[in-house]
Amino acid sequence: MSKFKKKKGGDLPAVNTASLPDIVFMLLFFFMVATVMREDTLMIENRLPSADQIEKLEKKNLVMYIYVGKPSSSYKAKYGDEARIQLNDKFAQVTDIQAFIAAERASKREEEIPYLTTSLRVDKEANMGIVGDIKQELRKANALKLNYTTTQGDVSNNN
Amino acid sequence: MAKRSAPEVNAGSMADIAFLLLIFFLVTTTMEKDSGISRKLPPMEESEEDVVIKQKNIFTVLLNGKDQLLVEDELMELKDLRAAAVEFLDNGGGENADGQKCDYCKGKRDPNSSDHPDKAIISLANNRETSYKAYISVQNELVGAYNELRNRRALEIGPQQGFRDMNFIEMQKNYKDVNWPGNRKKLEEVIDQIKKEYPQKLSEVLK
Repeated sequence: MSKFKKKKGGDLPAVNTASLPDIVFMLLFFFMVATVMREDTLMIENRLPSADQIEKLEKKNLVMYIYVGKPSSSYKAKYGDEARIQLNDKFAQVTDIQAFIAAERASKREEEIPYLTTSLRVDKEANMGIVGDIKQELRKANALKLNYTTTQGDVSNNN
Repeated sequence: MAKRSAPEVNAGSMADIAFLLLIFFLVTTTMEKDSGISRKLPPMEESEEDVVIKQKNIFTVLLNGKDQLLVEDELMELKDLRAAAVEFLDNGGGENADGQKCDYCKGKRDPNSSDHPDKAIISLANNRETSYKAYISVQNELVGAYNELRNRRALEIGPQQGFRDMNFIEMQKNYKDVNWPGNRKKLEEVIDQIKKEYPQKLSEVLK
């Protein structure tokens, strides 16, 4: 009765890995679609505070980003410990903001300019002094639409 | 002549190539979080004429350099701020500029608090040393107070206009949503009415 003879025991059959590339490709496509390439390289610490009464910012191409925070560890020796402003990959002064807004406006089409929004990405440990100065400059530049960018979460996480 | 079969391409390294790409995208991915509290700054030109506002129509919120919260000259915990702001805005103790009483307010109608949501102003003052996180927390609570009142009002007048079980936040979301099937024009009217009934009047001072 060799019909039901047991197969040769011993070594385990190899796991079929033929579908592995498919699985990996699936993951790959997910990340390719979900990826947004960072526009600016952050040179500062930027931990956003959390809030729960938030609105989503639409039309990402019509947003100007202003980053504020302490210089990150590799820049600390050069730029010190105080919170600073970063515009487009560079540290900047408060007085540079108007020029920055003008440059951003010049790069957009004319009909889009009224919809430009400024996104303030400020580290939660920064002081209001620098934020107040930025707001004053934005008023001077007549860029009045403002968004305090935060993460979703309860305010009690802020402490 | 025997048919020559095409040689099979060795696909064994495909997984490796895909992995390489996958790891690249994994590393570069930042899930962008682009949401926050939206505000509109007041324009630069100051009107010369001084507007006289009665003290009882102003709700002063002060954040000092040590992140302590002072509401109407009294210390307050952050968690109580929203309720206090709602109580102030919704008081309805008097009349608005047109001499109308606030018939949708549900407050105490205390004559020593705000007259009408239309007249009530929240004044937020902060110091240069105030931390940004404290400022955002306060902003969040104040926006929350307005949203609470607007949501309540939306649930009251929404059903009459055919928008059942929809609060103000959902109304605004539906209005922005292109695929929303309802009557947008009517919805806009309702949103505008609620915005007019509970206008956001928040003035900021940096001390």
